[in-house]
Amino acid sequence: MNALILSAVIGVIMMFGGVLLKQKSAVRNIATAGLLVLLIVNILEMYGTSFFRINTEGMMHFDRFSLLFNSTAFFSAFLYFVLSARDMEKVGNYYAEYLALIFFILCGIILVSASRSLLILFLGIEIISIPLYILTGSDKRNLKSNEASLKYFLLGSFSTGLMLMGIALIYGATGSFGTEQVFMKDGKPGVLLIAGMILLLFSMAFKVSAAPFHFWTPDVYDGAPTVFTSFMATIVKAAVFIAFIRLFNDAFGAIQPQWQIWVALITAATLFIGNITAVFQQSVKRMLAYSSIAQAGFMLLSLFAMNADAKEGLLLYATAYSLATIGIFAVLIKMSDYTFEGFNGLAKQQPLIAATTTIFLLSLAGIPLTAGFISKFYMLKAAVLTGRHFWLVIFAVLMAAVSVYYYFRVIQAMYFKEGQPKEILVSSSFKWTLVALAGLIILLGIFPSLLLNWYYF
Amino acid sequence: MIAVLLILVPLLTGLAAFFIKNEKQVRSWALLSSLATLVVSILGLAVLHDASYLAYKTEWMGALNSSFSVKLDGLGQVLCLLNAVAFPLIFISTWRSTYRNAYNFFALMLLTQAGMMGVFLAMDALLFYFFWELALIPAYFLCSQWGGPQRIPVTFKFFVYTFLGSLLMLVGLLYIYFHTPDNSFDITSFYKAALTDKEQTWLFWLLFIAFAVKMPIFPFHTWQPDTYEQAPTAMTMVLSGVMVKMGVFGLLRWLLPVLPLSSYSWGDTVSSLAVAGMIYASLIAIRQDDLKRLVAYSSIAHIGLMCLAVFSVNVIGMQGVMIQMFNHGINIIGLWIAVELIERQFGTRKLSELGGLAQKAPGLAIFFVIIALANIALPLTNAFVGEFLMFTGIFTSQATKFNIWFTVLAGLCIIFAAVYTLNLIRKVFYGNTSAAIADAKDIHLNEKFVLGVIVALVFWLGIYSQPFLGVTNKASTDITNSISENPQLQRIFKK
Repeated sequence: MNALILSAVIGVIMMFGGVLLKQKSAVRNIATAGLLVLLIVNILEMYGTSFFRINTEGMMHFDRFSLLFNSTAFFSAFLYFVLSARDMEKVGNYYAEYLALIFFILCGIILVSASRSLLILFLGIEIISIPLYILTGSDKRNLKSNEASLKYFLLGSFSTGLMLMGIALIYGATGSFGTEQVFMKDGKPGVLLIAGMILLLFSMAFKVSAAPFHFWTPDVYDGAPTVFTSFMATIVKAAVFIAFIRLFNDAFGAIQPQWQIWVALITAATLFIGNITAVFQQSVKRMLAYSSIAQAGFMLLSLFAMNADAKEGLLLYATAYSLATIGIFAVLIKMSDYTFEGFNGLAKQQPLIAATTTIFLLSLAGIPLTAGFISKFYMLKAAVLTGRHFWLVIFAVLMAAVSVYYYFRVIQAMYFKEGQPKEILVSSSFKWTLVALAGLIILLGIFPSLLLNWYYF
Repeated sequence: MIAVLLILVPLLTGLAAFFIKNEKQVRSWALLSSLATLVVSILGLAVLHDASYLAYKTEWMGALNSSFSVKLDGLGQVLCLLNAVAFPLIFISTWRSTYRNAYNFFALMLLTQAGMMGVFLAMDALLFYFFWELALIPAYFLCSQWGGPQRIPVTFKFFVYTFLGSLLMLVGLLYIYFHTPDNSFDITSFYKAALTDKEQTWLFWLLFIAFAVKMPIFPFHTWQPDTYEQAPTAMTMVLSGVMVKMGVFGLLRWLLPVLPLSSYSWGDTVSSLAVAGMIYASLIAIRQDDLKRLVAYSSIAHIGLMCLAVFSVNVIGMQGVMIQMFNHGINIIGLWIAVELIERQFGTRKLSELGGLAQKAPGLAIFFVIIALANIALPLTNAFVGEFLMFTGIFTSQATKFNIWFTVLAGLCIIFAAVYTLNLIRKVFYGNTSAAIADAKDIHLNEKFVLGVIVALVFWLGIYSQPFLGVTNKASTDITNSISENPQLQRIFKK
């Protein structure tokens, strides 16, 4: 609750900041400080210090799961600001507004991660989506950015419509918006309820870009300014996943056997399409777009398994994935050439950046000693524990091996191929933040309990 | 403490090596580090063999019931010793090779050694998996950065093969984990896992493929000749001398005792694959004109024999495998040293372009012939002891009805081995001096030293291998008993 209210307030402050402050560095410093405040008050709330007491009538529930996720989201966003906030200046003239929109998105993230009511969930999803439509099209003079924004907006609104329809059907069936009340009544779920659930499943699958609802993702991620793609593909996506698993755990956990096979099929399709298509990409940015689909496939395993391991694992996965992807995007923004060839010979020119990027890529590929491995491990563990649909686990593992192909292409380009990339200008603080990020990924890879202990204590 | 040191010494010195920019210094640093590891390993073998020195266990991932548990048992002793002996030999013999960014090269070499040590020592399945992969990553960088012109795609193939194999193994390990009595990754819990016949069958294949890729066993071997050919020679030595033993080791520690039922019931299938691979590789080796590829294929044949002996499931065969793992590692490093010398001096590895080298380089010729004869298991050489034990094991095996067939077919490969090895000696060292080697020089002191050490080991273990067999005796018996004393299999294995 602390962070929810403060994030909205800081968002408004940022909007005014754009009018009052002329210096961009001042705006940036306020935003970074604001994010730190969010992180601190959120951690305080985890330890029981709540500044605001508002009766939400059970529509929201700030439990350990949501608070811990919010903390990792704020932390990732903080690193994202430190690494990439400068690059937002280059997108357009409305620097403060971009930051304000990001704070509103964070506000939406808090809503969805704590929602216990379909209304709050809907509200949160919309608060996330609308600023994203704007940010996608923020590079106004770029045709691709415009196209991406329009595409995202049209398809996104359509899926929101589906979601609203699903919510209406469930309300019709149960007479309540509360996710935990859906199965309070005894008896078999009726047609209305099942139809509502399927619509919700589809619309949420759209938001996390699961196949076959993923078609918007590559174009939008590719067209949007790279700084915002980074945010969209990591923190936002993770948040929607948290909402997804919360919704299905609370509302439809009781009839899991009935929808599990559908989730399994969606997972398999997502893994397949994400990984196989990523192999054929020529641009690193587009490859990362498909890789985000592929990683979503792995995260869907938690929805498929839906046990304690899965929830823990999803927290870990979301964090590991966000950290590594933010790092790679931060490097990508600095590059002038987004193709794989653009990375040729980077190791010689920028050994430190190349080394940290390698760690990010190894983490995404799930190599041991990185956080990416341990989170994939948790996902597989959760899926094996269900004892059903074992083929899905084997399939996921095969696809993880495919993913090595495209992640290692970047490593090969950086280290083993000769080339002269354009000189990239980075500050030393940028480099050291990357090193810290890489160190964090390895630390989490060896001691995942550093994060997961917070879930329990 | 010894067990931890074996991992820590190469790990820490390897990390430090990244910062030593001077090539000469980093070379000496790597050699010193590998010698220190050797000293630790010998200490563990000969002096401090009290259980309290050899085992170490501490909490690691509490929630997963996985601990940092390492221990040196008989099997581990042999392989750690091999690992510790191999690296100084490799460093000394390649002393004259220069590398671009030498600090990276030596650092990655030491990290590979640390990873492999971990594999041989780990007593916890998750830890084992960690090290299994960790040994692979530096190897990937080593092979792709320094090596032949085709190195990038070839190494990538190697990486993807092994990575896919190990991911399948991870799924298998996870499944077993959930069926251990106390949900733990500890090896003793793994041995107690309650698994049905059917579960064991597919778990067997999930694990076996990972090990089979590493060894490699036909038909998972296709990465191997290319990788050996393209990798820098020092790395080829590591791959063929030590890293392939990870596969055999995996069978011995993580497959047979954990899945005894399926190891028995699928033993014939695996043995058939191994025999098929042996014959296939030997025949290719006979027709091979390239020195490196010839040695690579002969290595496939030798490893196939070890796999065959592992699945014969008796103590004699196991003892043979244990000692042969060490012997093969030493011998093949000797062969690679000679191959490297020839390639560096004459710029060619083609048998058809070489000849008459014995007149120009008598020192090399003597050493090479001895090691090559050890490679075909002539009596008095170390490989004779190993192969004799293995053949006895295969022949008297109670685990299979086809033991005679396997023995005959594998024996055939020994003859093939004689054909291609003697052919190799004849074509390279005897006959008319070819134009390519007109101004050949004999070997340098460092190479003489290494080859001398190897030849000494060849004879020592060939004549008096009892101390060695004493070390591995208990491990061999335990592994064999885990199958032959399994309640469901007892009636098949008559005492």
